[in-house]
Amino acid sequence: MNPDFGEVWVYLSASPLTALTTTLVAYLAGDWIYQKSGKMPILNPVLIAVIVITIGLTVTGIDYWTYFEGAQFVHFLLGPATVALAIPVARLLRTMRTGFGALAIAIVLGSATAAISAVFIAELLDASEQTVLSLAPKSVTTPIAMGIAERIGGLPSLTAVCVIMTGIIGAMLGPYVLNLARITSWDARGFAMGVAAHGIGTARAIQINQEAGAFASLAIGLNGLATATLIPILYSLWQWWGGS
Amino acid sequence: MLIALTQLLFCQLMGEVITRALDLAIPGPVIGMSLLLVALLYRQSIPENLETTAEGILSHLSLLFVPAGVGVVAHLTVLGNEWQAIIGSLIGSTVITVLVTGWVLQRLHHGASHES
Repeated sequence: MNPDFGEVWVYLSASPLTALTTTLVAYLAGDWIYQKSGKMPILNPVLIAVIVITIGLTVTGIDYWTYFEGAQFVHFLLGPATVALAIPVARLLRTMRTGFGALAIAIVLGSATAAISAVFIAELLDASEQTVLSLAPKSVTTPIAMGIAERIGGLPSLTAVCVIMTGIIGAMLGPYVLNLARITSWDARGFAMGVAAHGIGTARAIQINQEAGAFASLAIGLNGLATATLIPILYSLWQWWGGS
Repeated sequence: MLIALTQLLFCQLMGEVITRALDLAIPGPVIGMSLLLVALLYRQSIPENLETTAEGILSHLSLLFVPAGVGVVAHLTVLGNEWQAIIGSLIGSTVITVLVTGWVLQRLHHGASHES
């Protein structure tokens, strides 16, 4: 390696600018592939970007925290973006024809299904109790999920990983499942994506249809509330039943 | 744009203050979203620049999850030797949840009325 390039490399590998630019380029590449494929949900832009960047980090030997120093500027925007979800929800609430009763039933059933099915399948596959408890809150947004996991004796760091994986899985498989089940109305499609796959599912829904995006946004908030209330109750019932 | 961005950040900041002061389990941005929602519903209209800015940010919401996604790959070791059970549970549960939620809402709302 010639000395000039060595110097440039030292600058590049440490500068937040590189990580930030790489994140945007990888995402744009992912989105390009997704658009070119005729919007196949399985070619999720987030997943493609994550794979590309991970390969890049492995090849160059740059560790995650050095990368995150630059990428945190993108990560930070998740906060204001979450606040911004109030706009589609406000627009929706002013024009909504779906009854609140229907939404309440769907949210309670959806939230309970997410937790119970995750626990049940993990138990079937012989996961340890700590893993099972870490999986229970995987369908809600990361900070809420980590808080719930901590309270019932799960491992918050494992929960955080499971939450992101759930989001990507939901964004990739959700549209196929909804098509197969002939769930065609945009409100039900968006709401299901928001309940099962929180922000990543919602991000997908927003890009597909405005009504679906608004219902998904509403679902994230409601599911956070429902799950934070339901899981501790289900957990005490489970203990009382002697499940542990 | 600048005013709208300030409004969003201000709501988030208030949310963070409230969740810390009251020691709530709900994250600051989610409380911030509720505060903004209440304000918008009370006002009965959405300021145009706030709407444009929000749409701008939200149309790229997927991008914002990329750094956390890379973090997941970097921390895959927490899955340990139980990764098959974890991935099986995540895929199965996510599919079932999408199915149940979507089906219930579609039945309740569209079951008797129009198809759309």
